[in-house]
Amino acid sequence: MSVRTETLLWLAQRLSAMLLGVFVLVHLVTILYAMHGGLTAQEILSRTQGNIGWAIFYVLFVLAIAVHAPIGLRNVLTEWLHVRGRAADVLLTTLAVILSVWGLRAVWAVFAQ
Amino acid sequence: MSDTPMIQVRVWRGTEEGELRAYEVPRRPSQTVLDVVTYIQRELDETLSYRFACRVGMCGSCAMNVNGVARWTCRTHVDKVLGGAKGPLELAPLRNMPVVKDLVCDMRGFFDKWAKARGYFEPTATRRDDFARVSPESKQRRLAEAGIECIGCGVCYASCDVVTWRPDYLGPAALNRAWTLVNDPRDGAQRARLQAVAGDGGCHACHTHVSCTERCPKGIAPTASIAGLKRATAMAALKGDV
Repeated sequence: MSVRTETLLWLAQRLSAMLLGVFVLVHLVTILYAMHGGLTAQEILSRTQGNIGWAIFYVLFVLAIAVHAPIGLRNVLTEWLHVRGRAADVLLTTLAVILSVWGLRAVWAVFAQ
Repeated sequence: MSDTPMIQVRVWRGTEEGELRAYEVPRRPSQTVLDVVTYIQRELDETLSYRFACRVGMCGSCAMNVNGVARWTCRTHVDKVLGGAKGPLELAPLRNMPVVKDLVCDMRGFFDKWAKARGYFEPTATRRDDFARVSPESKQRRLAEAGIECIGCGVCYASCDVVTWRPDYLGPAALNRAWTLVNDPRDGAQRARLQAVAGDGGCHACHTHVSCTERCPKGIAPTASIAGLKRATAMAALKGDV
């Protein structure tokens, strides 16, 4: 992999980490706040379905994870297991796709009307 | 002589394979760890191999592992390591480098990485040009100043866990040197240097453990230099310069 791509991957992981820091905090605080008086699945869905703002928030959340996690795992594979090269990169790109599809499917299920 | 307090010293003898051998060395005021090694070599066992030159913290030759910590032995007092204790003072060659014999390690890989990181000045001026003018107050000069006093002792390299688990990592000393040159406006190999320190085994492999900064006897912060390289290479990558 080219030096430029390696460097951009590093940058992408740092930037996605910054986003995730904010996303995780907002996510957890919102859950704690919303759950305060007890909540059913039906009540949650009545609030989320059709809520464009939160839908965008979670789409970005999922994409940040799909960028962040595979790059981190790539570093773990390189440093600890000495696995590198094309096979590892294909595997991790696949993981990024799986995480995206999985997450976006969940977003669709919760926010679609 | 029987009243003289003694230090219990254990010294690595051998190559990669070997053992710690015990010696007793009389304790003296203001005694350095290098004094202890020299005493063993001159008075107790002339077959002991170790490396030193200036004895005053300038040359970077005498670094060793002292009770598990890499130190410059000529400027490390026994009192600082042992406090009031009699020992043991455990001396071993630096980590992360092959052992030649006893306390001498092979620093070729360490210095080869300086070259690999393009840690050398590439002039752009000729003898017909006027002197370059670099203001001592300029930002670049101050950034270079922070890392320029490195004596190449290898303490940071021996203390770095990333070097241990990833032998192709350039390491703190080479990257610190590269950073001082990235901040040298007279240098003509900026792009090639950023290329050399980015990517696999380069500055991005640093985990910011800060062991190098913690251990550097010259008080340099290679971690900060490496962070500077990370930013510089990231900017260059965005612009398509690396």
